[in-house]
Amino acid sequence: MSEKRFCNEDDCSSLLSRLGSDSPRPRMKFGGMFCNVEGAFENKTLNFESFSPRALRRGATLTQMGQHGGATAGGGQSVVFPSGPTRVNHGKKEGDRLIIKGGKIVNDDQSFYADVYIEDGTIRQIGENLIVPPGVKTLDAYSQLVIPGGIDANTNLQSPQKGLNPSDDFYQGTRAALFGGTTTIIDHVLVDPGTSLLSAFDQWKETAEQRACCDFSFHLDITRWHEGLYEELETLVKDKGVNSFLFFMAYKDRYQSSDSQLYEAFGVLRDLGAVAQVHAENGDIIDEEQKKLLSVGITGPEGHVLSHPEEVETEAVYRAITIAKQANCPLYVTKVMSKSAADVIAKARKKGVVVYGEPITAGLVTDGSHYWSKDWATAAAFVMSPPLNPDPSTPQYLTSLLACGDLQVTSSAQACFSTAQKAVGKDDFTLIPEGTNGIEERLSVVWDRAVSTGKMDENEFVAVTSTNAAKLFNMYPRKGRIAVGSDADIVIWNPKETRTVSAKTHNLTVEINILEGLELRGVPTVVISGGRVVVEDGQLNVTEGSGRFIPRKAFPDTVYKRIKARSKMAEARGVPRGNYDGPVHDVISMTKSIPPTPTTRGPTGPKTITGPRNLHQSGFTLAGAQIDDHIPRRSAQRIVAPPGGRSNITSLS
Amino acid sequence: MSDCRRQWNREDELPVYLAGPISTGPNQRKSYGMFSSVEGAFDSKTIDFDNYAVGRKGNRTPRSSSRERVLDTSDPVGKTPGEVREGSRCSPSGDANDARSDVEVFTSENEGPNGKDGKLLIKGGRVVNDDRSFYADVYIEDGLIKQVGENLAVPGGVKVIEAKGRMIIPGGIDVNTCLMKPYLGTQPVDDFFQGTKAALAGGTTMIIDHVTPQPGDSLLEVFERWQEAADKKACCDYSLHVDIPQWNENVKDELELLVQDKGINSFQLYMAYKDVYQMSDAQLYEAFSFLKQLGAVVLVHAENGDLIAQEQRKILKMGITGPEGHPLSRPEELEAEAVFRAITLGNRVNCPVYITKVMSKSAADTITQARRKGSVVFGEPITASLATDGSHYWSKNWAKAAAYVTSPPLSPDPTTPDHLHTLLACGDLQVVGSAHCAYSTLQKAIGKDDFTLIPEGTNGVEERMGFVWDKAVAMGKMDENQFVAVTSTNAAKVFNLYPRKGRIAAGSDADIVIWDPDCVKTITAKLQQSAAEYNIFEGLECRGGPALVLSQGRIVYEGGKLQAQQGTGRFLPRKPFPDYAYQRVNCRNQVKSMQGVTRGIYDGPVYDVAPAPKYITPSPSAKTSPTSHQPPPIRNLHQSNFSLSGAQVDDNIPRRSGHRIVAPPGGRSNITSLG
Repeated sequence: MSEKRFCNEDDCSSLLSRLGSDSPRPRMKFGGMFCNVEGAFENKTLNFESFSPRALRRGATLTQMGQHGGATAGGGQSVVFPSGPTRVNHGKKEGDRLIIKGGKIVNDDQSFYADVYIEDGTIRQIGENLIVPPGVKTLDAYSQLVIPGGIDANTNLQSPQKGLNPSDDFYQGTRAALFGGTTTIIDHVLVDPGTSLLSAFDQWKETAEQRACCDFSFHLDITRWHEGLYEELETLVKDKGVNSFLFFMAYKDRYQSSDSQLYEAFGVLRDLGAVAQVHAENGDIIDEEQKKLLSVGITGPEGHVLSHPEEVETEAVYRAITIAKQANCPLYVTKVMSKSAADVIAKARKKGVVVYGEPITAGLVTDGSHYWSKDWATAAAFVMSPPLNPDPSTPQYLTSLLACGDLQVTSSAQACFSTAQKAVGKDDFTLIPEGTNGIEERLSVVWDRAVSTGKMDENEFVAVTSTNAAKLFNMYPRKGRIAVGSDADIVIWNPKETRTVSAKTHNLTVEINILEGLELRGVPTVVISGGRVVVEDGQLNVTEGSGRFIPRKAFPDTVYKRIKARSKMAEARGVPRGNYDGPVHDVISMTKSIPPTPTTRGPTGPKTITGPRNLHQSGFTLAGAQIDDHIPRRSAQRIVAPPGGRSNITSLS
Repeated sequence: MSDCRRQWNREDELPVYLAGPISTGPNQRKSYGMFSSVEGAFDSKTIDFDNYAVGRKGNRTPRSSSRERVLDTSDPVGKTPGEVREGSRCSPSGDANDARSDVEVFTSENEGPNGKDGKLLIKGGRVVNDDRSFYADVYIEDGLIKQVGENLAVPGGVKVIEAKGRMIIPGGIDVNTCLMKPYLGTQPVDDFFQGTKAALAGGTTMIIDHVTPQPGDSLLEVFERWQEAADKKACCDYSLHVDIPQWNENVKDELELLVQDKGINSFQLYMAYKDVYQMSDAQLYEAFSFLKQLGAVVLVHAENGDLIAQEQRKILKMGITGPEGHPLSRPEELEAEAVFRAITLGNRVNCPVYITKVMSKSAADTITQARRKGSVVFGEPITASLATDGSHYWSKNWAKAAAYVTSPPLSPDPTTPDHLHTLLACGDLQVVGSAHCAYSTLQKAIGKDDFTLIPEGTNGVEERMGFVWDKAVAMGKMDENQFVAVTSTNAAKVFNLYPRKGRIAAGSDADIVIWDPDCVKTITAKLQQSAAEYNIFEGLECRGGPALVLSQGRIVYEGGKLQAQQGTGRFLPRKPFPDYAYQRVNCRNQVKSMQGVTRGIYDGPVYDVAPAPKYITPSPSAKTSPTSHQPPPIRNLHQSNFSLSGAQVDDNIPRRSGHRIVAPPGGRSNITSLG
């Protein structure tokens, strides 16, 4: 927005304006090759001032911009401000004005040096030598990175398991999130079978609004699919701002959905423009394996990983992808924990399936060998589904796929249960509540394992920690980007500092941190959430309940553009052919035997085989011209109507 | 490899025959060297060292006592290559009824058509087994191969068949036929008589048919019905697979009986046909585990039935009712997915899995990859998938399109047959079946207004061997030994018929085919043995075919003439735990025992849980109809005893997560005592 004006201003010092500055034709400058797309720069935040050597006269313009920027914030931009509650100021007007100086802004597409000016929880200006009102708090970001705040697309801060509530609720969880540089979470609303989706959603939202310290949004976990849910889904998608729904392929007899249910549900979600998520594990096999293991006397946490082998995850991922492809619905696989599951996703993507994979903090940094720990509490702390893979090369492999784009989003799958809660399953591993921590360490883990090892660049880092998630779940560019008009969720990232993870120092209440003792390079030094500094100098300064619900619209572009195009293309067509007018084998005693469903392949029971031939119904031969011969094509369920009555097989359809 | 061998043999020929007359040299014992230490080893393997011996004198001796002494017979067995070619030339007219005069059967004066006592000598052919090819004569008596070798000493008056250098191969084994599979009360037009006739005409001397009980039937009864019908009608040996339409406790007892008393070692499970045959993953897991204990081979019809049902509904709703709806509702992915799932289940249970009817590239690739990772899995492409593709479903002629309807459907991708042949040649797929289940157009027309009602099945039992030869061996993809392997030997091994079937060796059944690689035949329904009026390979030209077929030592097909006798087929019982499938499995069983970690008992605080109301759905798996169950969880008020106030016994424990913990000194809460 502002950049274009600068061109208009005929700022001789900018690189661009130099192009045409010799000639008296200002249009050349504006209409040059770089300027022909209207509004292109705003979205991309190509900040040309940052390239310009001098910027003298810019100040005045910028101040003006800053003043009326609020009114036009959404004007030239595709920033989505849905109809949800507008930002509430918390009476700290002065705190809402910030300038971040000297940092290197890193977005998913490029990095550049610029200052960022924030007002009212929104990024107002980006550029060098910004003119800002006096009394603005200045944050020094020299030699550090300024990145969009992380988005954690998978947390369970409220979902009860077996009657146990997570030890870290919205307050504790979001505090930890903020401390780790995550400024938006998308939490899973676990809807108990038989309860209303809407009421569960309302309950979650209410709790989160009271407790959460950072912005939040929700996925809904649908534990029992039936057609009747359609209306609720429609309300949720269209009025409540939920555009992603999780289905379970595991947890047999509790949450598991069958293939038919998934197919139906995926079809509905596609029509509504939502993203389908799956927890991909084959619950049937797991159930059998659990029984087997318990029967041979394995009751410790190692039974968990033994009963959830990698193959079972891979199989379910494969199946989910097949179903999604069949239903032409975008699919998001939560918690990719094994190499082979990740490979299946990568392969499917190569074949063009719209599928996304999400590795989690724990899966990127540690492996499943801890399940065999002699200390029960440690072993139990790692219990989650799908489990961490015992193969120690898995984290590196997943990191590599993340770096090359085969996996897209990192999340934490945060669901913490205290040791006492885990101990519910001390004599039976199937009762251990599942979940690990990771919300706080997520960004650092990705930086340490991927960026500082050279697998990934800083832009890709931003992509996998925030931008991709924002795009997939339709929060972009409000979240996941440092651009004028975006939310002021910003992290100042120090790539050189290190921090050691320890349960003693972390911000969760859980006693065991599964990443205990890891030294991670890359630390957020300052975290700004909603325009307020919440982390500075290692101090956390949050307000309970300051988080806002972020409604998300249906049909996220990144996901649905392809789906829509395919829906148009994939019209199967029948063959127009003449009616088959040959003889038809008479099927005897079929009147009751064919159930109305077309899926049924034959009658049950032996009586049809030995049944007496009903001679009255055998008038099937039709020869010569028929009454409807003149109808040229008979595409649908044509019924031959013989003068003497119908044979019963043809009247079925 | 075998080319090389063949060359060898050719080069060897002359010296070997020259060496023949003076074979009883003094250095006779030398031939009992290191290669002869195992008594009778050669008989089953038929490794004929004579062929490797160029001009060695002392090695023309019998190698085991069971053999007849080799005598110096005057008639030369070998022929020069030129003669061989001459002899094998057959009429390219394509007319199967036209008796080919160039298969010569010399019968001594007073012999019946099949020789006295069924004694036969096949002379001058090249015996092709799955491991090697060599020139030898084959002597047959009482339906068994008695001797394989050169210059055999045979009793006088034996009927002699001149093979003229053509290949003598073990008769084909077709492991997948459905000759009695009922559909809505009708049966295929090819019953055991018609079907086995067609099989024999194509060089297949044994079939394994599928017993297809309906849900609710007793497996044993249906099995006996099948056996009875086949005993009366079949013209070649047969065995039976039993399909399991439903999984329940009663089935288990019957399975045990079938395996232990009836000689059945293979059972088919369905992942498709929702609400009829389909089993959920949990049932499959149980069934796999149970069948593994019995030592049976698990056959899987791999398609995702849930999705097919949904697709069918969708496609019918769109107004597509013709046969093209069949492949549209059963896309390749669903097959590949189910194959993947079946293999996963097989790996988990550690049980050999045999995928019937591999029809698409992706399914075949899935099997290939699993085999690379060590899974014990076998794949069976069928005649139809190896010779034609699914484009015919879009034929304007309804009857033609309907004739191709089979499940999984033929893949519309025209490169599929080629791909499957390649995998077959390199051993990634192992067995060729036919899935022969021929319904007349009349019967197919049951589904003329709804493709889901079209009875499924194609022909292929007669054309099976021919097309593998034509598309794989004649194209240079596969050698003749691999041809024998995929058409008979591998099947015999997987289903525990080996070496009785699937090999030309002394002691094996005399199911022998003299294969003519040069005969060219155009497939047409007019000339086929099958009773179906439509042949899905109509008009395709096929190189290679049987010149003569022996079943149980009797000539049943010769130069285009079939002399099959109804009811001569025998039921072959098969023992469980076939080595080929189970050796690895058994070994893995021993290696793979899971162990827990021995650790001290956790004695920290335990969160007290009010037993949560369990949402146990009434049906064991969630595969049933989605809307059928909605039991609201009932809260048990008696168990909601969780609120605790005041000082607790464990208040002194410093780190509390804000939850109340009760560790009663006297005992455990009931939930923890479960394990």
